[in-house]
Amino acid sequence: MTRMEKPAAFSRRALLQAGGALVVSVGAPLAFKTSARAAEGAAAATTKPPLTPDQLSSFIAVNADGTVSAYFGKMDMGQGLSVAIRQMVAEELDVPFARVRIFIGDTDTSVNQGGASGSTGVQNGGKQMRAAAAEARRVLVEMAGDKLGEPADQLTVKDGVISAANDAAKKVSYGELIGGQFFNVHLDWNGEMGNPLYAPGKAKPKDPKTYTIVGQPIPRDDIAPKVFAQENFCTDVKVPGMVHGRVIRPAVAGAEPVKVDESSIKNIPGARVVWDKGFLGVVADREWDAIRAAKELKVEWSQPTPPLPSQADLYDHIRKAPVRKREEGKGVGNVEDAFKNAARVIEAEYEWPFQSHSTMGPACALVEVKDGRATCWSGTQKAHFVRAGVAAMLGMPEDKVRVIWTTGPGSYGRSDADDCAADAAVLAKAVGRPVRLQYTRDQGTGWDPKAPASIHRARAALDASGNVLAYDFLSKGFSRIDVNTNGSKPWDTLAGQNLGVALKSGDAFGFPGESYGFANKRAAWETIAPLLDRASPLRSAHMRDPVGPQTCFASESFIDELAAALNVDPIAFRLRYVRDPRDIAVIKAAAEKAGWQTRVSPRRDQRGNTVSGRGIAYAQRGATRVAVIAEVDVDRASGKIWPRKFTVAHDCGQIINPDGLHHAIENNVVQATSRTLWEEVKFDSKNVTSVDWRTYPILDVTEAPEQVEIVMINHPEIAPSGAGEAASRPVPAAIANAVFDATGVRIRRAPFAPGYVKSALS
Amino acid sequence: MNKKFSLNVNGEVHTVEADDETPLLYALRDDLGLNNPHFGCGLAQCGACTVHVDGKPRHSCVMPLSEVGDSKIVTLAGLGTPEHPHPLQTAYVQEQVPQCAYCINGWIMTAAALLRDNKKPTDAEIRTALRGLKCRCGTHMAILRAVKRAAAMMG
Repeated sequence: MTRMEKPAAFSRRALLQAGGALVVSVGAPLAFKTSARAAEGAAAATTKPPLTPDQLSSFIAVNADGTVSAYFGKMDMGQGLSVAIRQMVAEELDVPFARVRIFIGDTDTSVNQGGASGSTGVQNGGKQMRAAAAEARRVLVEMAGDKLGEPADQLTVKDGVISAANDAAKKVSYGELIGGQFFNVHLDWNGEMGNPLYAPGKAKPKDPKTYTIVGQPIPRDDIAPKVFAQENFCTDVKVPGMVHGRVIRPAVAGAEPVKVDESSIKNIPGARVVWDKGFLGVVADREWDAIRAAKELKVEWSQPTPPLPSQADLYDHIRKAPVRKREEGKGVGNVEDAFKNAARVIEAEYEWPFQSHSTMGPACALVEVKDGRATCWSGTQKAHFVRAGVAAMLGMPEDKVRVIWTTGPGSYGRSDADDCAADAAVLAKAVGRPVRLQYTRDQGTGWDPKAPASIHRARAALDASGNVLAYDFLSKGFSRIDVNTNGSKPWDTLAGQNLGVALKSGDAFGFPGESYGFANKRAAWETIAPLLDRASPLRSAHMRDPVGPQTCFASESFIDELAAALNVDPIAFRLRYVRDPRDIAVIKAAAEKAGWQTRVSPRRDQRGNTVSGRGIAYAQRGATRVAVIAEVDVDRASGKIWPRKFTVAHDCGQIINPDGLHHAIENNVVQATSRTLWEEVKFDSKNVTSVDWRTYPILDVTEAPEQVEIVMINHPEIAPSGAGEAASRPVPAAIANAVFDATGVRIRRAPFAPGYVKSALS
Repeated sequence: MNKKFSLNVNGEVHTVEADDETPLLYALRDDLGLNNPHFGCGLAQCGACTVHVDGKPRHSCVMPLSEVGDSKIVTLAGLGTPEHPHPLQTAYVQEQVPQCAYCINGWIMTAAALLRDNKKPTDAEIRTALRGLKCRCGTHMAILRAVKRAAAMMG
């Protein structure tokens, strides 16, 4: 057998060097060669302060060679976040971009900033890194002032060198001041962990007018290693003594193994069974053997009553199910009274199916327990939370567990990654060897946490002149936190539930994000209980822009219905009522870029089989605003919709990197188009039947748009808000509204797959 | 049953001992340490495992070792290097194509075969050649730009 050397990047030593607590520059010995003055000063320390959010050293270090290390507790899911953070750090520190290195998502080197979550990478994570970098610069300038005998306000910084304004010869570099040591500077931590963590220092970040690095289209440098096959994903990590694991899921959801015949796999080399209550898995030395063992193991399962309704009854089930929790948003006026005075009431109901993350590869994790410590390599969005989950499964204290986030096969929320880490931990504990577990395709699609199915009811009261008196919007569906947004608690993972920990299903949904100034307005949501209260393939959780696309599909389709009912152009109608100036700006920007012709929908001038139309939808997502105009062709005979062109206007405040933002918007639009046109988790009474790309089709490249035009509105003076998900939100409604414009038929159920559209048209 | 197989991969011959039904993917990944072909589905539905077998894009996840014979296998790592990149690799970097990048073997290896046989493909020809490949992140627009850019570089 020929074996290649294990890639150096994954040796234990290299890992410690690359991501560990030591501040070393590659190739240089660990050195504390700095001025005696700095060594004595309170701002520097030769030993690392604790890795806590109230320490500057937890976020920023200056290395002996003058490079800067940024330690970041969020993760980059391929949207260029790491570049954006480096830009923000380099900007505040006045060092060249190339001199900033970033270490991401390693629980040994970063504090819990919440992971990839809710489009907060720049919004919250960047805000913190900016504050920390600004504080580091302030402290360094102060140290330089002491060393050079100059007041701090007489010093300037360029490229990491601090010099006296009146005497350029008097200078000292960051590296000379503190390189190889650690900041010993206290930050004013707000006491929060995760997304809300904020710990500024005394420094005030720069005036955006002076930016030279933030706002530049600096390319991602993680792409070349991927394109030249030099970067390892979490699926590629190997450690000595490792075995391959596979888990086995029941054919009927809720069933548990009652009899396992280990002799059925005795011919497979090294194959072993791990069975504990509802948890069943196998390991083997070779991956193909683990796959074979999982397939060939004879298992007798319990025979529970099939727990799921038939697919055809899903929306009726949601309609009839008892409400578990209801929440109302901030309303205006008195909706009920206003409806009593209505000259005309318009109502509509919309439906959205369960959807699957279906990441490009099913999740993978490697767990190694060694010398009283455990290490987990995972593509999770939330390494720090997974640490708690893995620790619980291993029965180890959290501080003995390290999770190293490693690029995974895509991620769009609470995918199967966190379940996989917990399952791998269970296997590793049972077999006493490091276990690499990758799920199978049917597990990745069939058993990942799902975006919740929902129905949405909207109604509006109109007066005799066609003014909107009142607007009432209700979403009812499965909770977006039936299992939580991360795998930190055993009850939120399949492993935990399979081992008997009871589900603690949470309740959350969402409201439309818009600023329609109707005099009487109410938005509410209602959640219902899950279909199965343990180890369910339809447990619902966060998926990209959690419940945003579905809610906006309904609310922005309905606004369009009002415009059509009142014979008003869809944009003109929106502009009558939208109040927020930035909302108005994105709508107008999209309209201008798309060359929107003011007229009433639908068109009535098309006769052929293929008809075309245009539609708009807009949304707020947090402080971000997006307007999307879709131009579609509809093949009436087949029911097939082709979104030929999208025009997007996007305002997320200050733009850190326009190139990264452009890609983020474009990919959101295409993925949301896929969800709108194709994606629906199918199931029968026993289980989910969407188990691969044939049974869970997504958008094909032959169906991708011809063009996605993007207008990025930059507001350097406004704090950056999220861009990771916002552009997904208006896409379904924009397409639905365009289909209406083309055909005069309103599609109120997603996905708009050809069969459904064809029947709706006939 | 375990057998010895001689595999010609990226111009080097390796010996692998494995069950003869083992798909090529696992021999490349686990025995030869060539991690770049990825497991996506094991069903020949997505393309993440694509390699060239005698110049043709094949799904290594469903190709048993017993079928490989002395075919010449080229993986993404063998297509080009930073020093001598394939135009598609250059174009992928220039267009900043991938989001998660897990799918890129399928797109690049399939497009490489297309551009070898058709120097000036139309948009429709590119889309047709790439039909069926999956990209879950939705980078399709950038993929199409990169293939056109690579075609221009090669033309």
